[in-house]
Amino acid sequence: MITQELKDQLVSIVGTRFYLDSNNERYAYSYDATPLYQSMPDAVIVPGTTEEVAQILKLANEYRIPIIPRGSGTNLAGGTVPVEGGIVLHLSRFNQIYEIDRENFTATLGPGVVTSELHQAVEAQGLFYPPDPGSMHISTMGGNMAQCAGGMRGLKYGVTKDYIMGLEYVLPSGEILRCGGKNVKDVAGYDMTRLMVGSEGTLGIITEMTVKLLPLPETKRTLIAYYSNLLDAARTVEKTITSKIIPATMEFMDQATMRVVDDFVKLGLPLEMKSMLLIEQDGTEQEVDRDIEQIAEIARAQGAKIVEVAQTPQEGERLMVARRSALAALSRLRPTTILEDATVPRSKLAEIVEEIERIADKYQLQMCTFGHAGDGNLHPTCMTDERDTEEIKRVEQAFEEIFLAAIRMGGTITGEHGVGMAKMDYLGLKVGEAGLDLMKRLKAAFDPNGIMNPGKMFANSDRRRVVVKQ
Amino acid sequence: MNNLLKPNQATPVCDTDKMELVSKGSLSKFDMNEILNCMHCGFCLPACPTYRQMGMEFASPRGRIALMKGVAKEELAVDAEFEHHMNLCLGCRACETACPAGVPYGSLVETAREMVEDQKRDSAKPSVMKTVVFDKLFKNPQRFKQLGTALWAAQSVGLQTLADKTGLIKVLPRPMAEMQKAVDKIASPIARKKREPVMKSGQANALKIGFFSGCIMDVMFFETNQATASLLQKAGCDVLFVQEQVCCGALHAHAGEKDGAIELAKRNIEAFEQAEVDFIVNNAGGCGSALKEYHHWFHDQPEWQQRAMNFVAKMRDANELLAELPPLTFSKRIEAKVTYQDSCHLAHGQGVRNQPRQLIQRIPGVEYIEMNDADSCCGSAGIYNITNYEMSMDILDDKMKQVEQTKAHYIVTTNPGCLLQMKNGIIRAGLQGKMEAMHVMDLLARAL
Ligand SMILES: Cc1cc2nc3c(=O)[nH]c(=O)nc-3n(C[C@H](O)[C@H](O)[C@H](O)COP(=O)(O)OP(=O)(O)OC[C@H]3O[C@@H](n4cnc5c(N)ncnc54)[C@H](O)[C@@H]3O)c2cc1C
Ligand code: SF4
Ligand code: SF4
Repeated sequence: MITQELKDQLVSIVGTRFYLDSNNERYAYSYDATPLYQSMPDAVIVPGTTEEVAQILKLANEYRIPIIPRGSGTNLAGGTVPVEGGIVLHLSRFNQIYEIDRENFTATLGPGVVTSELHQAVEAQGLFYPPDPGSMHISTMGGNMAQCAGGMRGLKYGVTKDYIMGLEYVLPSGEILRCGGKNVKDVAGYDMTRLMVGSEGTLGIITEMTVKLLPLPETKRTLIAYYSNLLDAARTVEKTITSKIIPATMEFMDQATMRVVDDFVKLGLPLEMKSMLLIEQDGTEQEVDRDIEQIAEIARAQGAKIVEVAQTPQEGERLMVARRSALAALSRLRPTTILEDATVPRSKLAEIVEEIERIADKYQLQMCTFGHAGDGNLHPTCMTDERDTEEIKRVEQAFEEIFLAAIRMGGTITGEHGVGMAKMDYLGLKVGEAGLDLMKRLKAAFDPNGIMNPGKMFANSDRRRVVVKQ
Repeated sequence: MNNLLKPNQATPVCDTDKMELVSKGSLSKFDMNEILNCMHCGFCLPACPTYRQMGMEFASPRGRIALMKGVAKEELAVDAEFEHHMNLCLGCRACETACPAGVPYGSLVETAREMVEDQKRDSAKPSVMKTVVFDKLFKNPQRFKQLGTALWAAQSVGLQTLADKTGLIKVLPRPMAEMQKAVDKIASPIARKKREPVMKSGQANALKIGFFSGCIMDVMFFETNQATASLLQKAGCDVLFVQEQVCCGALHAHAGEKDGAIELAKRNIEAFEQAEVDFIVNNAGGCGSALKEYHHWFHDQPEWQQRAMNFVAKMRDANELLAELPPLTFSKRIEAKVTYQDSCHLAHGQGVRNQPRQLIQRIPGVEYIEMNDADSCCGSAGIYNITNYEMSMDILDDKMKQVEQTKAHYIVTTNPGCLLQMKNGIIRAGLQGKMEAMHVMDLLARAL
């Protein structure tokens, strides 16, 4: 509860315009992109400076009010749902790029900068920030950092954590701290930067970040291959990499996804095929041509029935349309679309896809699988209807089996979407009881009163399922 | 306030039972399937001009849909705050173009506004929108011609008199004062009376076009309508000004006055049936998009729905039809840089994007320059620049920065509202004399 007295103090920090607590205003911050989760905050604050953030946190800490940091609310783990009420801290005003340092290959920016705006700004100078989550035109860099977002270029270039060099962050105590910086080498103490990355807003608020940049690759080319079974596609992925070629992108779609996509965009895909791979390579023209030709050969040798190589960038774009429209096509089928991101070692790709098919069958659900084949990061996606309580229960059980299967194959419950609320009951499966315990103690060191994004990451009861009220 | 989702609930899940109940029942006018189609992905956020201005979730399409869902689930009331948030939306439908899930946002927001109006009727308290649009300004669409005469008379004697005579200045001081500066000299009643009811192409087997002249368009931009008709005539069509037509009803529909809108639609359908034309053509994106959606207005009247479908099948925007007909031959050159501002209801509503650009580029001498974010709303949005003046001007000023970058001599658009807004924008940006705002049809006619 925010008392009138506390409200007055908060308003005096940010002004009335940026303190919002009417019914409609709060309601609009009661959800994020995760289906099925919703809960009302007590207020929404849109701070403008680090100093304001520090003052707000200090007060909230004193009054034990939960703080839920929020970027654009596109996460898929229920990470910004104010499950215990409190204050949603919307960081959209921290949207400036302060510096692009061409000598050190870094950019320094506020956490509210939208990912693709950073792309544009650095690419205009011939530089490159590789992480490209599917949500990049909407998601913020702060959200990417706090979730350690991945993307299509993950295979060759890594994910957000590989690019965060330094941070400014605020603790619940109101202390403003800095870690890392522009140094390529820096081993002074624990690596706090790495710890903050992927912390899902449970440790502190990031108010500034310095990211690593690369030179922008000269060119890129695309290839598409269709297979009459899953194994050949999976083997193409493996063989490509063992031949020491690391493509920028290796995307996979199963037959169910292909059917839905083709029905929606009418691309004339060969629907009798069981799976398809979309592969993109970037680099110098010479390297790219050589790699793409070699990959085409590998694909054919592994039994690809059809291999198409784009001759121009425009044609490459056309080929990528199928993958880009996957989510759109799937989401039109039924009212509710639930997308997961179980991840396995590359070598288990075919096995997990088959397992997902079997599980979908067992629970009589409509599921399609697509995703980042090169990273073993798949998106089994279930089309359902949130009003059908009985079906949602089956969805739950099916996903639980998929998580367990992934773990069994040496994989993980989430490759890039994070734990949040959606997967907190499964975190123990991956990190073990002792691991959970250490993580909780770490959190207590940062946030002794538990005000930072409470009810996320760690299940606070022995409740196993979170989605459906029993 | 009825049961809002409470924080501190042990299990923060959506209340599926309640939703089922609402979607079955008749508690709200919303189609729950359409609302649930929104998966909260946020793809629409960067496309939304009001979100870009304010950066707050409730000023975004996703936020507004969530508020509607709240109303549908009876977790939010249809109250003044809800009305405010629904009215802050431009209705530009850029979010529909951006949405991967195909959420019909335009019809959802119309339903929301309809519910606001219903609520007001019940409580006998008129909404802002209704006061401004229907009581003060447009009381009756038929009065447009009279208003036109009043405006013409006032322009002839001076703006001050206009302000006094019409009393408009008292209701809407700043927006109207600014708009007046932007309004061109309008055609005299005599000129308007002299219009030929039919313009023949003189060709055998000519296409017969029923011209939908539009109420605002025909008063404020009479010459543009004449120019459009001449272009069609030159392209080999017989153009008929159908006399019995009335206002398209778009403003009514957007403001939640659905019953009034449906009445107008029926009269138009009848008028054009009797005229027996091959195509119905108009040149205002906003009206066109409503005219092409008439069949959605008659879900519970099958006979009218069929008649509406026949009407819709014949509807074309003038750009659309001219781009299909054999190319016009131009006799004059226009040595100028030209850029194009999409009309939201033409681009996002009707998917007509290339045709006006093609037509402009066919004019000899023209150097066409594409503007950044050309399909992002200019802030005019029907009467938005009157009801939400400040936001509208913020959006316009941002737009003018993009316009200025093109260094164009002509900023061309295809809707009366946008045209007025751009004219006003030129004044606000201090570009008078350097740049002129113009309707596509006028530019084309100038080169004939
Ligand atoms: C269509 C779609 C496609 C997607 N594709 C991908 C993909 O390819 N790869 C991928 O990894 N993810 C993907 N996502 C998930 C999501 O976009 C990412 O998790 C993204 O990083 C979230 O960014 P955001 O700005 O929306 O953050 P939010 O959702 O607002 O917040 C995410 C988390 O970060 C915390 N947080 C935000 N800002 C701060 C801050 N300044 N300080 C501390 N904590 C903070 C929040 O509390 C929350 O826990 C996708 C989502 C959608 C809807
Ligand atoms: S883009 Fe469509 S589905 Fe996504 S949030 Fe917006 S309206 Fe909803
Ligand atoms: S119609 Fe335009 S202003 Fe309204 S929500 Fe959609 S994009 Fe935003």
